[in-house]
This record gives sequence, C-alpha cells and structure tokens, in this order.
Amino acid sequence: MQAFSNLLEQLYYTSSHNAKAALIIDYLRNTPDPDRGWAIAAIAGTLRFDFFKRNTIKQLILERVDPVLFDLSYDYVGEMSETVAHLWPDSHQHNRPLPSLGELVEQFTHASRQAIPDMLIDHLNSMNAAQRWALIKLGTRGLRVGVSARSVKQILARYGDKPVAEIERLWHGIAPPYIELLAWLEGKAAPPDISNKITFSPVMLSHPLSLEEVLPWQGERWQIEHKFDGIRVQLVIKGAEKALFSRNADDISHTFPDLLEQVSVDAVVDGELLVMHGVDVAPFNDLQQRLNKKKPTKKLMETHPAGLVAYDILELENRSLVDLPLEKRRTYLLDWVKRQNTSRVQLSDILPADSESELRSLHQHASDNLAVEGLMLKRVDSIYTPGRPKGQWFKWKREPKLVDAVIMYAQRGHGKRSSYYSDFTFGAWQGETLLPIGKAYSGFTDEELKKLDNWVRRNSIGRFGPVREVKKELVVEVAFDAVHPSSRHKSGVAMRFPRINRIRWDKPANEADTLENVVGLIET
Amino acid sequence: MHPQEWMSVESPGLYCKPADIYIDPMQPVAQAIVTHGHADHARSGHDTVYASDDTIAIMHTRYGEEMAKNTHGLAMGEIKQFGKKDDPVLISLHPAGHILGSCQVRIEYRHQVLVISGDYKRRPDPTCDLFEILPCDVFITEATFALPVFRHPPIEHEIAKLLSSVAVFPDRCHLIGAYALGKCQRVILGLRNAGYSKPIYLHGALIKLCNLYQSRGIDLGELLPVSDVDDKKLLAGEIVIAPPSALADRWSRSLPKLRTVMASGWMQIRARARQRLVELPLIISDHCDWPELLQTIEEVNPQEVWVTHGREDALVHQSTKMGYTTKALRLIGYDDEDETG
Ligand SMILES: [Zn+2]
Ligand SMILES: [Zn+2]
Repeated sequence: MQAFSNLLEQLYYTSSHNAKAALIIDYLRNTPDPDRGWAIAAIAGTLRFDFFKRNTIKQLILERVDPVLFDLSYDYVGEMSETVAHLWPDSHQHNRPLPSLGELVEQFTHASRQAIPDMLIDHLNSMNAAQRWALIKLGTRGLRVGVSARSVKQILARYGDKPVAEIERLWHGIAPPYIELLAWLEGKAAPPDISNKITFSPVMLSHPLSLEEVLPWQGERWQIEHKFDGIRVQLVIKGAEKALFSRNADDISHTFPDLLEQVSVDAVVDGELLVMHGVDVAPFNDLQQRLNKKKPTKKLMETHPAGLVAYDILELENRSLVDLPLEKRRTYLLDWVKRQNTSRVQLSDILPADSESELRSLHQHASDNLAVEGLMLKRVDSIYTPGRPKGQWFKWKREPKLVDAVIMYAQRGHGKRSSYYSDFTFGAWQGETLLPIGKAYSGFTDEELKKLDNWVRRNSIGRFGPVREVKKELVVEVAFDAVHPSSRHKSGVAMRFPRINRIRWDKPANEADTLENVVGLIET
Repeated sequence: MHPQEWMSVESPGLYCKPADIYIDPMQPVAQAIVTHGHADHARSGHDTVYASDDTIAIMHTRYGEEMAKNTHGLAMGEIKQFGKKDDPVLISLHPAGHILGSCQVRIEYRHQVLVISGDYKRRPDPTCDLFEILPCDVFITEATFALPVFRHPPIEHEIAKLLSSVAVFPDRCHLIGAYALGKCQRVILGLRNAGYSKPIYLHGALIKLCNLYQSRGIDLGELLPVSDVDDKKLLAGEIVIAPPSALADRWSRSLPKLRTVMASGWMQIRARARQRLVELPLIISDHCDWPELLQTIEEVNPQEVWVTHGREDALVHQSTKMGYTTKALRLIGYDDEDETG
C-alpha cells in the first residue's frame, strides 16, 4: 500500500505523459504480484466493485469531526476523499506495517458488509493523509491521476516491448491482477489464453487523402463508401456473449443495449455506430445525446435508437477473415448482414465512380446527407491490417466550414506547452456583445503559438485561476466540420472539431462573424 | 473599559481611538503601528510609523527611504505611552514568530488589555524570536489556515522531500516558488540546516531582501543571481528560488529541464498545487496550522477572542465551542494568499 500511495502521489503531480509512464514502469519493475496488477486495475479503471461506499466514509468522518467544521472544510477542499484524508484524526500509529495492496483487495472482497466499517477505521488509523487519500480513492474507484485506460495499455506495451495492438487484443479477455499478462510481458510465459473470451481486435485505420495518391483513377481498384459521422465501433458476438467496443478498445456495451439485443450470429464486425430510424441515419448530434448517457433510459432508446452501418468483417463463425482481401471479406459481410433479423444493421453501400470526374462529383455531393462527412476509399485487395498501413485506406473529408471569431479567453496548455497560453475560447457577435462559441487548441504552428502567447500576455485584462481574459481584439479564422444546436452552451451552438485555421492579425474585431452567421451554418 | 469601546474597525483598518493610532492600516494615516513587513500589513505613505527596527528596515528596502515621514523603532517589550497624560494608552510590541521583525501588539487602556497577534506561528524559526504568550482580556487572532484540514508537517520533513527529489532527478533544475519575504529565507535556512552547502540561485526579485537578512546577521550561505549565469544549462541539478508568479512564466523557460516546486501552506490542498502546475509541493507555512491556533487560544486564555484575516467561520465556531466569547472582525484588504501563505 505504501508503494502504491507513493506512486499515486507522484503521478498526481506529474504532468508529462512520458514521466508518468516512467513512474509506472519503475513501479511495475519493483513491485511483486499481485499488488502491481491491482494497481494497474485501479489506474485503468478495471476494478469490478467498490470496496466501500462514499456514504460509509462520510458517516465515519461525521462520527469523528464536528459537522459544521466538516462542511466548512469540504466547501474549501472541494473534494470528499481529500477532505476526509486530512480530517481523519491522527492516531500516530504510522509505524504499524500497512497491508499490501493485494491483501487489501482480498480483505474487502471477502468481508461481510457489517465488517467493512471497522476494517476501514483500522486501516485509516494506521495511515498518513496521503495513504488515506489513496485508500479512499481506490476503494470508491474514484482514482483520477491523468492516466487513461488507453495510456495504461501503451505503458504496458512499452514495459514488455510489445505492440500495443497485442495488449488491446488481449485486454478484454483478461482480468486483474493480470499475473499472466505481466509474466508474458516479462518474457517468462506464453501470452494469456483468451480463446474462449470476448475480446477486441485492433482496428485498421485510414490516412487523410491527397488526391494525387489515387490518380490516375482506376475505379476497379477501389471500394468507395460514405464516411459516416458517427463513431467507429467493433461488434463482437460469441455465443450468448456480445460486446461493443470503441476503436480505442473501450467497452461501451452498456451504453447501447438496444443494438446488442437485436444482433446475432457469431462474428467480429467493423462499422459505424449511429442513431438510426430504420434506414434513415441521423446526424452526429443525435448520437451525442446517446453518448452523454452511460446508461440510457427506455425513452431515450425509443427516441434515439442505436444502429450500425457495417462495413467490414474480421471473423465469421470462428473463421478469421483478416487475411482475405477486402472484396472477399465483403461477401462474408453480406452473408452476415442478411442473417440479421433487424433493420438496426445496415450494409454500407458501395458507390460507383468510373472516372475522376465521377469521383469528384461523389465527393461534392457526399455531404448532401447530413450524417455523412465525406468519402472512404479502400483498395479492394487490402487485407485487414491493424494500425495505419500505407496506401490502403483513405478518408476524404468534405471541405471544412469557416468563421471569423474573436479570441475571448486563453488558458495554459499541458506538458511541453505549460508555459504557453495555447487553449483559446473564441466568440461571435450578438449585437454589441461577444458570446463564446467554441474552444480550439490546435491548427497553429509553433511559431504562431509563440506570437499568440505573447499577444495574450500583453492584452490580458483579467484572470480567473488558470484562465486569462483578453482584450476583444484578435480575430482568428476557425475551421470546423459541422455546427449543431446545443442547449449546453450560452450561444446555443456547439462546433465539431474546431481548430484555428489562420490568425487574422489584420482584421478588426468588429468585422468578425455574428452568431447569426454561425447559426446559419447549422444544417437541418 | 471594555476594548470594544475603544477599538474599532475603520476603513483604513483597526483603530485605537484614545491613542489615535491604526494597526496595519491599508491607507495612509497620521499614526500607524506596523506588525510586520508583508505588503498586506505594511504600506507606505503614513506620517509616522511605529514598528520593530527589523520591520522598518524591511519597509525601507521595499518602499525606499521615503516610505514614511517619521519612523520610530520600538524594542520588543518596550512600553510606549500614547493618548492623554492623565488617561494614557500603553502600547508595546512582542515577538510573533512569523518572519524577521514580526510583532504582536499589546494595548493597555483603563485596566483592560487587548493583544493583536498580527500574523504568527508557533514553530521555531531561526529568523525571529518565538511567539510570546501574553495574558489579556481580548485576543485578536489571525485565521489564515483556520480549517481542521490544515496540519503542517515539520519543515525538516519537507526539506528532506526536496533533497530526495534533487537526488532522484540529478539532471533537473529544481525551481522553487517562494514568497520574497520570509518564506524564501526560511527555505534557504532549511536547506542549510539539512547540510546543503552548494550555492543557491535566486531570481532578481529576491536578492534585495536576502541581502537585508544577511546584513542583519542571518547567514544564508552562498547565493547567486540567476542573471549572472551565462550558460543556463549549468543550472541542471541546481536549486533556484523565484517568486511564485515566475514559476510558469516566460522567465522560467530559459532554465533547463525544470522541476517545479512550491513552498507554501496552501500546498497541502492538492487542487491548489495542481492549479499552479506544481510537481513537488512543499508544505512550508509561516502561519499557525489548526491545532496551533486552538492551542494558542487556550494558552492565552483571554476573556474574548476576535478573529480576523482568513477563514474566520471555522475558528469562531470552534473557539465559541471551547467556551470563549468569540466574534469575527471583518477587516478588508488583507490578502491572505499572494504573499504570506
Ligand atoms: Zn498577513
Ligand atoms: Zn504576514
């Protein structure tokens, strides 16, 4: 527990990803099983249950601290675990040996509900404030040390010098404390056996298209499809078990039970998750409503039904298809789609283009459908290769939309950018006032960043914590893929993928766009 | 006569009517007593300032020789008479243990005694005398860290954390944010006491006050201005001290492989430390923590407690619970964070 608490303490205050990775790798090297595996689970968020409830903690502290003082402290600290960690009376038993992380998990897993408070009191008494904080965070599964599940996998890959795709493939078939996984990473054992488990297969990704790469155009070599504006998912069906993964291997099954219920036939299918009313595909904003709710209500599932546009297949009834060319895989995909008894699964259409001009025309009209954000071009002979192989798949997005907006606030970035103001909130005019319409932290060069940073410092007019308010004088051209109505923002709009396209040092702020102009770009 | 008849809160600050004098006024006044040199207590522009010699020296260093028309240095414990001859107000200064020259103010009038703690702490500090317990009728205490979450660890413990980080990251430049007056020198002395004898590098804004400390007999060891180092790469593995505002600013970009450290009582709260992008928070405070505030009230054992300067609510609640008549004095203009945490 001591080592785990030290690790969290250091991770918490470290901002660079590399330094965090180095700390975790050092911990893995110097910590025995099963402790290190439990630590990985705590950080990656794969612990299956709470050791104790937040309410239990609150009751225990109120038995020990004046409630008025507790409330004042909580208001000030702003966070329950830390408030309790500091307020817990010091019993000066710090030299009592602490249980190991493995022992803690063991104890709390097997304790009866009535025994838990006393166990907890005993542990909190023998810990210092940092250790108490670690225990409460661990026990209520509230750990946030800025290391995502995805980064954990990358760090494990680095630790074992294995491709991250290998870890992703295994990840959902294994469970904490990951003893077999770690043994394999250290070269001491074969990879964990996951043949009977539902797992994620690493996905194949595309490159942004520059047209000369596919010219002169030979239509018979390419499969053209719409690029839907949803999220890329992998559907896995194995007997009674089914799962839906995001392309980063997060299991999102519980968010889309309505889709999972309806699908059948063992397979691993690659496709786009969307809100679909039969064959009609709704724009991304509708899907956003679903993504916002971890566990959807029945009503939301009725008004916003989830569906899948299937475009590839990796496995059908236990037969791996990844080594077949795309056009062969397509026949298996057709077969699988036909066997579905639901309209929630649609096949991604193949679009014909015999000439370059037909191709260009397809691209121009692709976005007539609001749920489409461009075209996908895939070589018909491409085999399914995880990662981003060269020259196989391309995405050709529609032209971005542009508005001229005024910088309103700036905030320091992270890591290498932490001494620069690099995150910008920009606004559009409504009458005489500016309303914030979005945030951007990319699109500019390092040279431009220095200039922006300098400008922010010289034109700052106020400060709220890490945020600076600036004079409403600098115009930037913002590029974005789409804009949607939004009740979450005061301006009533939300942009998709905004980035700073150009800095308009020359343009007076009063000539920037109005909110009305921006609203006019909403497509309905 | 009860002190509430002769002490009041006026817009410049706390005012003693029969002596016609303000304590730590925020605006220029005719007569002022200044408890210590932090900017939220010591302002320039008064006609006459009464303070310890060290505090006057600090004010001269910060504001120039013209900071007041007249200055009167008072020795610790020396009694100075104000008001009418036949109805005198007796005022004296006593150690507060906060920073070099810091004092409490004791005011006696018509057989009643009021003590203003100023900013204070109870831990030993080599740059000033220990806080003195003064029996009194009314005790005015500060409340900077008056929440039970605040429990400051021993300074040795925090300095050890810093030195172990220097050992673990020998190629990184440890940049410590520390307030120019008091905290900076205390960190330096903490390092010296732990056996750190290498030169310590200073941001330009800290040099004058460190020189003043040295000239008043406090040995800080070898200090070098960062601006004198031509090749900043040579600062890898060294300790640099700067004002907190310089931590994540352009100034620090020239330093090699920074590790950002901050020394302040506020560093106990994680979000505070992270907000400032601090990688190594050191909980080093020049104020009392919660147990020390309560201990002090018990030891002074006054009839009444008035609370000011910080988080009054919790201390008013607790002191009332301990049986003291307690109220909050709402003084405005005291900045409880930016200089003196
Ligand atoms: Zn103060
Ligand atoms: Zn002070």
